[in-house]
Amino acid sequence: MRLPAPVWILGAGLLLATLPLLGLPAFYESFLYLVFYWVVLATSWNILSGYSGYFSFGHGAFFGAGMYTTVTLTASYDLPFLWSLPAAALVAALLGVGIGGVVFRLQRLRGELFALLTLAVTFVLATLILNTPIDGGPGVSLAAVPVPMLFTSLSSTFYILALALAVATLLIARGIYHAKLGTGLFAIDDDEDVAEVMGVPTFRYKLLAFAVSCGLAGIAGGIHAMFVSYVTVGETFSIMVPLTVVLMSVLGGSRHWLGPAVGATVITCLLYGFTAGNYPVAGRAAVGLILVVVILFLPSGVLGRLVPRRRPARPTTASPTTTAPAMVPPAVAAAEARGLPAAQEPLLELRSLSKAFKGVQAVAGIDLDVRRGEILGLVGPNGSGKSTTINLVSGHYHADGGQIRFEGRNLAGQPAHRMARAGIARTYQIPRPFAHLSVLQNVALPARFGRAGLDRAAAFDEAWYWLEFTGLAGKAEALPADLNLHQRKFLELARALASKPSLLLLDEVLSGLTPGEIDHAIRTIRQIRDLGATIVFVEHVMRAVMELTDRIVVLNYGRVIAEGRPDEVMGRDDVVTAYLGKAHA
Amino acid sequence: MPSLTLLGQSVLGGIFVGSLYGLLGLGLSLSWGMLRQINLAHFALAFLGAYLTYQLAGVGGMNPLLTLVVIVPAFFVFGVCLHALLSRFAISPFNSLLVTFGLTVMIESLIQSLWTADYRRLDSAYSLMKFKVGSLYVPFPELLTLLLAILLSGATWAVLRYTDLGKAMRAAAEDGPIAAAFGVNERRLALLLSGFSAALAGVAGLCLALSYTLAPSQIYAWIGVVFAAVMIGGLGNPLGPLVAGVVIGVSEAVTMALTAPAWAPLVSFSLLILVLLTRARSI
Repeated sequence: MRLPAPVWILGAGLLLATLPLLGLPAFYESFLYLVFYWVVLATSWNILSGYSGYFSFGHGAFFGAGMYTTVTLTASYDLPFLWSLPAAALVAALLGVGIGGVVFRLQRLRGELFALLTLAVTFVLATLILNTPIDGGPGVSLAAVPVPMLFTSLSSTFYILALALAVATLLIARGIYHAKLGTGLFAIDDDEDVAEVMGVPTFRYKLLAFAVSCGLAGIAGGIHAMFVSYVTVGETFSIMVPLTVVLMSVLGGSRHWLGPAVGATVITCLLYGFTAGNYPVAGRAAVGLILVVVILFLPSGVLGRLVPRRRPARPTTASPTTTAPAMVPPAVAAAEARGLPAAQEPLLELRSLSKAFKGVQAVAGIDLDVRRGEILGLVGPNGSGKSTTINLVSGHYHADGGQIRFEGRNLAGQPAHRMARAGIARTYQIPRPFAHLSVLQNVALPARFGRAGLDRAAAFDEAWYWLEFTGLAGKAEALPADLNLHQRKFLELARALASKPSLLLLDEVLSGLTPGEIDHAIRTIRQIRDLGATIVFVEHVMRAVMELTDRIVVLNYGRVIAEGRPDEVMGRDDVVTAYLGKAHA
Repeated sequence: MPSLTLLGQSVLGGIFVGSLYGLLGLGLSLSWGMLRQINLAHFALAFLGAYLTYQLAGVGGMNPLLTLVVIVPAFFVFGVCLHALLSRFAISPFNSLLVTFGLTVMIESLIQSLWTADYRRLDSAYSLMKFKVGSLYVPFPELLTLLLAILLSGATWAVLRYTDLGKAMRAAAEDGPIAAAFGVNERRLALLLSGFSAALAGVAGLCLALSYTLAPSQIYAWIGVVFAAVMIGGLGNPLGPLVAGVVIGVSEAVTMALTAPAWAPLVSFSLLILVLLTRARSI
């Protein structure tokens, strides 16, 4: 029988907790303490950095904040050691939230820039602590602070504390990995903008992950302060802490919850094995060489290579959703069963909506109604503001002015994930799938985060339905890179549909497709409308526009220049002029 | 408030330290901005160069300046070989940071096993040479650093801006495949750039050896502040690191003169944080 991982972790933890009873020399406990200590630091780092791709080089700062919290509270205020640990967690987490609250608001501050910024924060914090009475310069001794005996000896006490924290950290890391939070963080790693548009509250998720990550590092720091019993700024805030932590996580595999723990164990043992031997210098060189070789040959880490992410199996029960053949139009009853509303009053009202890019007025005060259940074609020459309008309504851009009234509520200025939750879904002209998630996971994500807000199992069922609907079921386990353009366009469509939107924004889904593929796509879009969805359709393929749309709106220079039935509007002189120029006659 | 002479001497010292930040940053900025590789090993390489200068000049009795004749070509070849190896693997900028960190640790171990972890100081005819300008002292090694930094940054800027070679390099950095489609031999240019960047580390090593006491652990002391200079100066901009380095150096020196030396890091890293927060879009 397969034991679930939490049982496994707890069992291993309990077994290891009996080790002090064997009466081994204190050396073994201290060595294992160091292993657990690095497991905690690496795993906690990974919760933000490994999952979401925001590589922090500031883990030393949060670890150090925890360390000096314990130092100050125990040495200066006589607080008992164990009571100082929650405070250490809190201080470190608040520091993380403070930094994240500023940094995560800036778009594009990722990768190397985020790493440098967090590293700079470390040095600033170190300088502040060094020059204030918190440290004062020479370091602080904790020799006079009493340590409670949890076991027979001092070394056993530290061993048990670190073990307990390591078990807790692994449980938290695994919990987040499988929870909605983890799914959202992995999506942020692949494409943060798209994740937000699909309903992932990216700012909140990053902040939450950062807080958990920093808090755990803070507790580790608090325990370690007492373990080393003499704390100096130079040792605490050195660049070696973040570098070692990153190295361990990448070595083990930063996209897996267990990866950092594996890396931490291997590196701690290696470092110890070498430095304890006769050739400490050669040992360091060997660790350097191992790092080079691993990054070059196993860029996704040991676990990243060996353990692919677990994928839920296809539902085996013959539910009506999975038996529906891909391309037969489902009945209206089925449409109602899938919860796509159908009625007549305006669903979306745009009022004097505007957006400028550095002086280019892309959208210059658009007024537009989208009625429930219609397919509205949005056409116009290149640069007329069609895609910008889509980007405004989906929340990808924020409007400079005007209103986006959706089901009676003004959504202008709201973050994109609110738009998604309100029931607006979109496709991207150039498909932007999450590269590291399978096709199935790509489709399940909006089902979980969008208007439907399904739980994990239901989201995967929903994803299967739409994969069948778009004919992608055979590719469910593939990665998006394995799909051709036609399939990727349909993946975009499936993702948008899986959130059960009341308004679907299609941004040039047909561009780049062959005539045969266009026919197929037109049939699919008809079926979607028959399911009761309202569609705004931006397209240059005029045949599709004329065949599909109930009504079209023509944009030019960011304004509405015509509106009405397709055949009427496209015959108008000013519309033809906008498309073809003055000399057409 | 310290006297004006003391303050003037501090500012001058800041300019000199800053020019070394700039010299170290130049190679880093070029490989980061144009090869998309964050070469942490640049610092270790500079220290290896410094130790070689120490060995050839201090122990072997060569003129310290002549050691460049040996070190610069050797480092150029090393840089070319390093890139030839790394370019066989598609590594992300972040992973290049980790790979070159591994390399740094290896070079540090090499230095430690050859020259031990003890402090080493090069005593040469130049180390005590200094000029007096008004009431200020100008030590020769520091002046040499400043001149080399200006010369190399300026020459790199001019080559990148005005020559066909430089234009081809900038095109390849902007969009490799497109540049290749227009006949630019992207691979050879990358090798050349990597070699040049390593040779710059050799020159910086000479300046380190002339002005500073050497220890293997000192490699890590320079990383933070030089990174700050590179970021503030703008990636791939050859004049940026020198200008930013001097700004950082002077503000550090003034901070040290007005408060305590231990406050100095606050200036450079607050500056870096500010630049990152305000200019994140343009970097």
